[in-house]
Amino acid sequence: MKPTNSPAGARESILSKIRTSLGASENDDARTAAAEQRITAKPRAAAPLRVAETGTDLLARFKDELQRQLATVAEVATATEIPAAIAGYLHANNQPLRLRHGADAYLSSLDFSSVEGFETARGAAAPDDSAGLSAAFAGIAETGTMALASGPDNPVTLGYLPDTHIIIVPKTRIVATFEDAFELLRERPSANPMPRTLNLITGPSRTADIGGRIVIGAHGPRRLLAILAGDL
Amino acid sequence: MSDPATKRPRVGLFATCLVDMFRPSVGMAAARLIEYADCEVVVPHAQTCCGQPAYNSGDRADAKALALQTIAAFEGCDYVVAPSGSCAGMLKAHYPRLMDEGSDDHARASAFAARVHELVSFLVDVRGLSDVPGAFSGTVTYHDSCSGLRELTIKSQPRTLLKSIPGLELKEMDDCEICCGFGGAFSVKFPDISNAMVEKKTANIAAADADIILAGDLGCLMNMAGKLSRQESKIACRHVAEILAGELDDPPIASSDDKR
Amino acid sequence: MQPTSHDFKSNARTALADRQLQEALSGIPGGLVAQRRAARDRLPEFDDLRDYGRDLRNHALQHLDIYLERYEQAVTEAGGHVHWASTGGDACAAILRICQGAGAQLVTKGKSMVSEEIGLNANLEKAGLEVVETDLGEYILQIRHETPSHIIAPAIHLTQGQVEADFRREHSQLPKDRRLIDPAELVDEARQILREKFLNADVGITGANFLIAETGSSIIVTNEGNGDLTQSLAKVHIVITSVDKVVPTFNDAAALLRLLARSATGQEITSYTTFSTGPRRAGDPDGPEQYHVILLDNGRSELLGTEFREVLRCIRCGACMNHCPVYNAVGGHAYGWVYPGPIGAVLNPGMIGIKEAGNLPNASTFCGRCESVCPMHIPLPKLMRHWREREFLEGETPFVTRLALKSWATLARQPWAYHALSRLMSRAMKFASGRHGAFTWMPFASGWTGGRNFPAPQGKTFQELWAAREKQAARTGRTQ
Ligand code: SF4
Repeated sequence: MKPTNSPAGARESILSKIRTSLGASENDDARTAAAEQRITAKPRAAAPLRVAETGTDLLARFKDELQRQLATVAEVATATEIPAAIAGYLHANNQPLRLRHGADAYLSSLDFSSVEGFETARGAAAPDDSAGLSAAFAGIAETGTMALASGPDNPVTLGYLPDTHIIIVPKTRIVATFEDAFELLRERPSANPMPRTLNLITGPSRTADIGGRIVIGAHGPRRLLAILAGDL
Repeated sequence: MSDPATKRPRVGLFATCLVDMFRPSVGMAAARLIEYADCEVVVPHAQTCCGQPAYNSGDRADAKALALQTIAAFEGCDYVVAPSGSCAGMLKAHYPRLMDEGSDDHARASAFAARVHELVSFLVDVRGLSDVPGAFSGTVTYHDSCSGLRELTIKSQPRTLLKSIPGLELKEMDDCEICCGFGGAFSVKFPDISNAMVEKKTANIAAADADIILAGDLGCLMNMAGKLSRQESKIACRHVAEILAGELDDPPIASSDDKR
Repeated sequence: MQPTSHDFKSNARTALADRQLQEALSGIPGGLVAQRRAARDRLPEFDDLRDYGRDLRNHALQHLDIYLERYEQAVTEAGGHVHWASTGGDACAAILRICQGAGAQLVTKGKSMVSEEIGLNANLEKAGLEVVETDLGEYILQIRHETPSHIIAPAIHLTQGQVEADFRREHSQLPKDRRLIDPAELVDEARQILREKFLNADVGITGANFLIAETGSSIIVTNEGNGDLTQSLAKVHIVITSVDKVVPTFNDAAALLRLLARSATGQEITSYTTFSTGPRRAGDPDGPEQYHVILLDNGRSELLGTEFREVLRCIRCGACMNHCPVYNAVGGHAYGWVYPGPIGAVLNPGMIGIKEAGNLPNASTFCGRCESVCPMHIPLPKLMRHWREREFLEGETPFVTRLALKSWATLARQPWAYHALSRLMSRAMKFASGRHGAFTWMPFASGWTGGRNFPAPQGKTFQELWAAREKQAARTGRTQ
């Protein structure tokens, strides 16, 4: 595809209509400066009181909010406990001991062979995968949301095709607000801070499109397990 | 402006066109309440209608002419008080918007607007009234008319005064803040929708199981009373000022003369 | 979509008589409305946030041209393509070109009101493409050949029983005796059928709730995850959106996200909020190979210069319709075009003309409940009134209405005559009503008296009573 396929002049015509409507001229330095200033300064709305009050336990808030969204939350002290925790969850939900994850170093270091019969695979999700495992780069306490950056470490399809989605959230990466999570993203060692996809996930897939009643497992995962890990 | 002998503020009563023509007893009740709040009442003859029918039909020019006429009619009053949230809202919130920003008319309309109050909020918020002359023993429920509620934030004031009447019990109904479906010309232009809306309202009124349904706007009251009357309901419908002032000699709205 | 807004009155009558529709609509107060209230109550600073959101959207609109250029530049740098479209036709043509360029046969779609606005599905189907709606509500509508009746809950007008019947008819390959009693069973059936489509789609089309100038990202907010499957499994991801959706920064998007779900469904946040920036990166194991954004104008740039500018702040949460007593009475289809409820009453006349959509801004009591819940503080009643003013100025107000208004206004400007007529009317009506207190039929108001009685006046006007009181007082000497 060519970079732009707009009908001749559509871009200019829309932009000029907008300027006419605003009573603005094309090279208005003051307006440009105001816009650039906002993009540079990135002002934030006041943080929600529930995470801004002094003494807020962000971890507790995160867990509480996420559980309200019908996700299961587990806590482990060290990485060595993770395979057994996942196995226990899959077993309790009558799921096979199988999962797939990306190239993330931490996930790759987990020793699933410590659980007998646990099969793991790497890469993007396949249609018959039953569980996907991802690593969040942040947990957002204000709503119990997990932030995931797509890429080889965390193929995005792992969070949507399999029936079960499991996300590891480092306890040290629990932040108060969305804006705090975006700040972490900006610190990523990459030219463009944005991955192809930034997924904010808060609970399993759901719908209320039939008679207004909530049903879990619409198109994406039917269940979501968040594991809060202490040693990350 | 105010009566120099007594220093009582002079209140211009804007009766509203519906009260004037359909239910003057509400105007008398309003006057009685304003006097009870230690004010002098005047009723300028040059008042007619606040202009809402024109304004809400997109006819700004006529609305503006009526606004200027009303403003002139109440020259010399310390306050302008209307027994209607809708008309008071028009005078207070919308008159200035009808005038060109920065014009003399705009300044006049704004100064006028500052003196305008809906009756019950005037009694409570401006005059600090906490009791009323009315006496009533029985149960009532209250409908919050839209303009009063959302344009003028009238919510607690009528309840405060109602609760000051010994023997009166206020039974809140569900969805008391939802529109009754009147909407002026709306009720005539879209009668089916209006009727469906008032049907939901009267169902809530009936469920509240009170003797009387009260509200602060005659338009809404005529709509609800009309529906209740069609449904042959026993629930009486009155303007809140009638109860507060104890003006209960006339039969309730849409009720036959035999029912007092 | 062929508008039927001019038939609003008869649409509404049909809707009021539709028992299934009424049953479906009866769930709104206890559902979306109650849920929003609960979400608001859990966030005490909600109203401050609304002020912040309004101000930031105003700022974005005030600098719209600049932010759009900035956004375009960021998308391009991320390897995506921006296509500008002045009209719905241009937008459809651009999308078709992209689909054909990719050799597409099967197109999956996430929910997008802009795609409804431009009639996208019909356009692509005419060119021989298979288009599958993947949002469950939209999928149900697609198999019913219906349009959404709500901007966030498109199938809100349907009961579970209707959906079951649709599935039995449409999915005839499945066993006839299967159980479809629980909503979960219906959802599961749709899930299986749509899985197939996701996996085989060539192009995935989504809408966008917001666009971010800072990073060139488009955001979708969903609960089902269909939008994510749509955009990450197909080779090509097309975003169909409009020029008003751009916000300066990520942080600005965060502020609006706090308002959006709470206002819409009463959720703190939806299950999935997804930011997409360009196509898949080198080394990415999944994601689309191409990323296109269609920026539709369709009259918005002109609206920006009018008294209707404020409507462009809208974030399409649907709260105004959930809280609208008229919408609750007649549902979304009666409005006769894409956007129903108060937002539609303001937006549609700008898009399909006041001649077609004139009923919509008139079909309001101005109760103001929409404005009181709108997270963007859009003065919807004021804007509806502005449409009525335009109608009046452009002579679209019906002749009889004009005549009645003019005669009444002339009279109201002569207090003496006005009061004389009031006295006469009051007496005459009182006389006509006898002792009944109300009329069961009234000339010129037979609509009203169709369902209600019309209260009779007391017989004297207030001006009369007051004059009598004054006279009495003068005679006896003032005592007060
Ligand atoms: S007008 Fe306001 S309430 Fe209605 S959809 Fe838009 S943002 Fe939501």
